[in-house]
Amino acid sequence: MLMGKQTWKFENRPVLIGAATVVGPDEGDGPLAADFDLVHPELDMQQKSWEKAERLLMEQASEFALNNAGIEKEQLQFYVGGDLMNQIISNSFAARTLGVPNIGVFGACSTSMESLALASLMVNSGASQYVLAGTCSHNCTAEKQFRYPTEYGAQKPPTAQYTVTGAGAVVVAATGEGPVVEYATIGKVIDLGIKDPFNMGAAMAPAAVDTIQAHFNDTGRTPKDYDLIVTGDLASVGHPLAKELLLRDGVPMDDTTFKDCGLMVYDVDRQKVQAGGSGCGCSAVVTYGHLLKKVAKGELKRILVVATGALLSPLSFQQGESIPCIAHAVAISGGKE
Amino acid sequence: MSSNDKKFTPVQQEYQTLAKKHEPKRPVLINCLKAFLVGGLICIIGQAIQEMFVHWAGFDEKKASNPTVAVLIFLSVVLTSLGVYDKIAQWAGAGSAVPVTGFANTMSSAAIEHRSEGLVLGVGGKMFKIAGPVIVFGVVAAFVVGIVHLILNPHELGGGS
Repeated sequence: MLMGKQTWKFENRPVLIGAATVVGPDEGDGPLAADFDLVHPELDMQQKSWEKAERLLMEQASEFALNNAGIEKEQLQFYVGGDLMNQIISNSFAARTLGVPNIGVFGACSTSMESLALASLMVNSGASQYVLAGTCSHNCTAEKQFRYPTEYGAQKPPTAQYTVTGAGAVVVAATGEGPVVEYATIGKVIDLGIKDPFNMGAAMAPAAVDTIQAHFNDTGRTPKDYDLIVTGDLASVGHPLAKELLLRDGVPMDDTTFKDCGLMVYDVDRQKVQAGGSGCGCSAVVTYGHLLKKVAKGELKRILVVATGALLSPLSFQQGESIPCIAHAVAISGGKE
Repeated sequence: MSSNDKKFTPVQQEYQTLAKKHEPKRPVLINCLKAFLVGGLICIIGQAIQEMFVHWAGFDEKKASNPTVAVLIFLSVVLTSLGVYDKIAQWAGAGSAVPVTGFANTMSSAAIEHRSEGLVLGVGGKMFKIAGPVIVFGVVAAFVVGIVHLILNPHELGGGS
C-alpha cells in the first residue's frame, strides 16, 4: 500500500479491462484520430449548449467503456469522475445518467489520473470489484468559463493552449485481462508564482517535476524502468521546461522517452492550437485511447502517466493570485510478467 | 491582502526567470503589421460604404456616418455568428479589435454565448461582459476630456449647439 511518502503500491494488481474515448472534430483531425472510439464532426454535437455537449461526451465514453470492458451497468459499483466546469457539473449529470454511486473529484486537468488512482485504490483494497474512472472537457465550455465567449475575437499568445474536446473513461477491475495499474503517486500543490493563465504549461511544469521525482524516490524506480513517461498537458512551453528541471536535478530523463499528451493529441504545427492541447480530456483521451492500446499490444511495456492540473479559478486569477498546480502519476504496465 | 503583495521566494524568482527564457516571444512587429493591414482594410471598407451612402442615397458626408457604422456593425455580427470573426482576429489582432466591428463582436459574441442561460440573465445580463468596461471607461474619459476642454475654453460655456 503506502510506499515512501506519497505513493500507493497496488499489490493486488487492479486491471484496466476496458477503456473508451470520445472526441470532437479537432482531435479527430489530429494524429491519434484512429485510436478514438467516436469522433464527433461538430463541436456542438447537436446539443443546445456547450455544457450539454460536454456532458454527452462523458456519457458516451462511460457507455463505450462498459461495452469494451464487457460488463453490464449493473455490475459497475462506483464511478469516480470530475471535470473542469464549476461544481463539476458534467460529472454529476453523467453520473445521473449512469445511475451508479459516484465520487466526484476535482484536480483540473489532472483529474484523469486522480480518478484512476482513486479507482485503483478502491479496487486494490477490496472496496470494489468494478470502478469506472473518467473525465471530460470541451473546448467551448472551458473558453466560456475561464476566458472569453467562444466567438470573441481575442488574439491568443503563442504560449496559450487549446482545450481538448473529449472524454475518456476506463473500467478498473479486480480481475480480468488488460493493462495493470502498479503505482499511483499523489502530487502536492506546487506554485512557483506564474500568474499568466495563457501560460499554464510553465505554471504546471514544476508540479510535474515534483511528482515525477517523488515517484522515483518512493518506488526506487528510475526513468529506465519506463518505456514512456508522459505528462498531461504541459505543451510546447511547459514540457521542455519540465525536462530541463528534471535533468538539472540529476534525473536521467534521457534513459526513457519523455512526451506530453498536449503535444501528441494535435499536430501542433498544422492545427491552430498555439502551444498544444490542455484540459481534463487531454491526458484522458491520449492515455485511454492511444497509450493503453499500445500497452495492451505490448508495444509499450510500462508507462508512467503524469497528469498535470492548473488549479486556478476565473476568480483567483482576476484577483491577481498565482496559479497553484498539481500532478498525479499512475504507473501502468502490460501485466504480462 | 492578496498574494500579489507578497514577495516571491528565491526559488520562485529563479523559476520565473527560467520560464521567461522558455516563453516564445509574441511576434510584435509582425502583429503590428497585420493589425495595420486589417485595421486599414476595415477602414477602407467603411469609407467605401460611406461613399455609397453619399453618392447613391443622397446623404451628406456627416449624416452618412451613422448608417455606415450600422452596416459595419451588421457585417461584424454576421461574421461573428458564422464563427469567422474570431478566426480573423487571431490573425489580425488589434486590427480587428479596435474598429467598431471589434466592439460589435464583443457584444454579439457574449450575447450568443450566454443565450443558453436565458434572454434576461443570459443575453441581457451578460451581453456587456466585455463591452461594459469599454463603455464605462470611455464615458469617464470623455467626461474628463470634456471638463478639461471647458476649463481651457471657458468662453464656450453655454454656447450650446
